[in-house]
Amino acid sequence: MGMRVNSGRTAVERTSERELVVTRTFDAPPRLVFDAWTKPELFKLWWAPKSSGVPLFSCEMDVRTGGGYRIAFGFDAASAMAFYGKYLDVSPPSRLVWTNDEGEQGAVTTVTFEDVAGKTLLVLQELYPSKEALDESFVGMEDAMPEQFEQLDELLASLIPSA
Amino acid sequence: MEWLLQSMADLHKLNYMVQYLAAQLDSSFAALADATRRGVLERLGGAEASITELAETFHMTLTGMKKHVAVLEQAGLITTEKIGRVRTCRLKARALETEAAWIDSRRQLWNARFDALDEVVEALKRREKSHGHESE
Repeated sequence: MGMRVNSGRTAVERTSERELVVTRTFDAPPRLVFDAWTKPELFKLWWAPKSSGVPLFSCEMDVRTGGGYRIAFGFDAASAMAFYGKYLDVSPPSRLVWTNDEGEQGAVTTVTFEDVAGKTLLVLQELYPSKEALDESFVGMEDAMPEQFEQLDELLASLIPSA
Repeated sequence: MEWLLQSMADLHKLNYMVQYLAAQLDSSFAALADATRRGVLERLGGAEASITELAETFHMTLTGMKKHVAVLEQAGLITTEKIGRVRTCRLKARALETEAAWIDSRRQLWNARFDALDEVVEALKRREKSHGHESE
């Protein structure tokens, strides 16, 4: 508990058995940072970073309190893995709350955007239904799609000419 | 004079740390004074185990093993975790390593995401500044 890692510019802390908190400051006012979380064409640009290895296949967001979202990672429709849920609170430009409804173990995510001298202090909190749900929560696509990755590895290996 | 004050402050801190470590070591040594408990640590060095498995390995009753496990846990040498009816024991160093790897994998994901978000936000800022110039 209370384990904290703070390298790079992102701090991650497990604040309780069921809670993970991620903090970072962005050099722009909250309204701009909030836009990047709520406009699909902007959200798409960063939610699936290149290092995660899997692109965002599709992204639908009805950003208003009670509205829904659906995000799919993958290379094509057949292998895409969908995440979906609904927005519990949309209060521009300071607060965004959504559920993850793919399974019983999904978290409720709360993101706050606080103006600190023209910059944005962003705090993201994930609250899971149980300790086990957080322990086993998915991290990268490597965890979620081992089979597809093995297939990809094989494909890549077959493409590389042997020395 | 400042360096002297600083050295004294450091000494004070050091003294405090030594006392703290000594207290830790006392309970560690007491825990290690028993052959079965040393065996349990060695066994857990290989892999985690339930109290039932440990009791079987060391031909002991469950109650007897629970006492040894409690002493090792109080000395900070192992951690235990109960899932359902099974209490699993781990070496503490390993437990910390596992926790560090767990949180670091999360940090890597969020840091990569937020580095990308940083670029998006920078682009939005630039666009806003040049707004009105109709440069594009």
